[in-house]
Amino acid sequence: MARAAVLGRLTWQLGEVAELIRETPRVSSLVVDVPDWPGHLAGQHVDVRLTAEDGYQAQRSYSIASPPEDPRVTLTVERLDDGEVSPYLVGELRVGDKIELRGPIGGYFVWRAGDDRPLLLLAGGSGIVPLMAMIRHHSAAGAKAPVRLLYSSRSIEDVIYRDELDRLSAQNKDLVVAHTLTRSQPPAWSGYSRRIDRDMLDQVAWPQEHAPDVFICGPTAFVETASGLLVESGYAASWIRTERFGATGG
Amino acid sequence: MGFISRGFKGKRREGVSSARVPPGQHVVDDFPILSAGPTPKIPLSEWSFSVIGEVDEPKRWTWTEFRSLPTETFSVDIHCVTKWSKLDTRWTGVSVDTILGDIPTAADFAVAFSEGGYTTNLPVDDLTGGKAWVAFEYDGQPLDPEHGGPARLLVPHLYLWKSAKWVRGISLQTEDEPGFWESNGYHNRGDPWREQRYWGD
Repeated sequence: MARAAVLGRLTWQLGEVAELIRETPRVSSLVVDVPDWPGHLAGQHVDVRLTAEDGYQAQRSYSIASPPEDPRVTLTVERLDDGEVSPYLVGELRVGDKIELRGPIGGYFVWRAGDDRPLLLLAGGSGIVPLMAMIRHHSAAGAKAPVRLLYSSRSIEDVIYRDELDRLSAQNKDLVVAHTLTRSQPPAWSGYSRRIDRDMLDQVAWPQEHAPDVFICGPTAFVETASGLLVESGYAASWIRTERFGATGG
Repeated sequence: MGFISRGFKGKRREGVSSARVPPGQHVVDDFPILSAGPTPKIPLSEWSFSVIGEVDEPKRWTWTEFRSLPTETFSVDIHCVTKWSKLDTRWTGVSVDTILGDIPTAADFAVAFSEGGYTTNLPVDDLTGGKAWVAFEYDGQPLDPEHGGPARLLVPHLYLWKSAKWVRGISLQTEDEPGFWESNGYHNRGDPWREQRYWGD
């Protein structure tokens, strides 16, 4: 196991919100200028700390959506209505505000463009975020690894980065994107219309002879189902890296 | 402290003493699941627990043998480095004191190892003295595979990544050897009360 890129102490840094992008009704991207950002790898995350006037603090972790090539740090955050931090980040925060963060964190759920093994990315909901950092990194670096993404969302309105994924996959024959919409579908929808299952993976995933690198991120049920199906179909557990979230964020 | 997040008020939780919640943590009611790879499914007939390394003779228990060891049922608070804490969780398991009890060793360090290749390192002092268990029941029920079943290490005074899921044994060592997350940016000891999350904390 390679040592991570992060070697020094991770100190809290003050970044300034340079841009806010409304991705879906519930999801926004925060583009943050961090003056002394040490750089990051695709798939890493940061800790965000909020401080109220009386000194009360709350911390949460968020995946980085921007690729290592981007000097700014983009966090894509889903607003959880009963949450504490996400309603502030998606709703209260304005361009020009400052936020405290530290990172990058995590040396395992990362992908580097030099690796040419086929890549299989499976995303459920906002689990797309760290995988988007990998796709953007792949694109920015002109990487050779062929990529397949299967992305499960509730409805077409909930698909994060939809236009960018359409554009990148149209430009690059090595990036194939398949969507499934589990709750509702627009008229003339040509993608999948159900939760991830064996047939879907048989069609989208690399045959196991390709020994792909697999990254899965989403809610627990999605990750458990997807990783279980892949292992049953002959994938080695060691090819599969998972990142999960449930009702844990906020 | 100086920085204030403009417009942030926070949602303080009623009825939870801050003395029970380490810095940077928040209390949850559900039981989130985090792991680095697929959940292994281990038939009990193939399960065993071993103590290896700096011991005169390695020791091994089958599931039946392990389950014949004295057990303890206890309630503890658990703290995950991803910021959630869960209070008053009830477990049943075998104390690591019982497991290591009659094994003579000069080792000061241990590496817990799991099905699937996960490892985590701890000083032996963090595993002994009534502070750690190999747990196989949660809230009166067999431990779900997603939560580490059939059995996981439970070291509640350290961040939960030290409580190796799907644990299959302990290697006793004279030298400290970073485990999986400890090699990937996370703190070597992981004391939540000192907020030892990452390297350098």
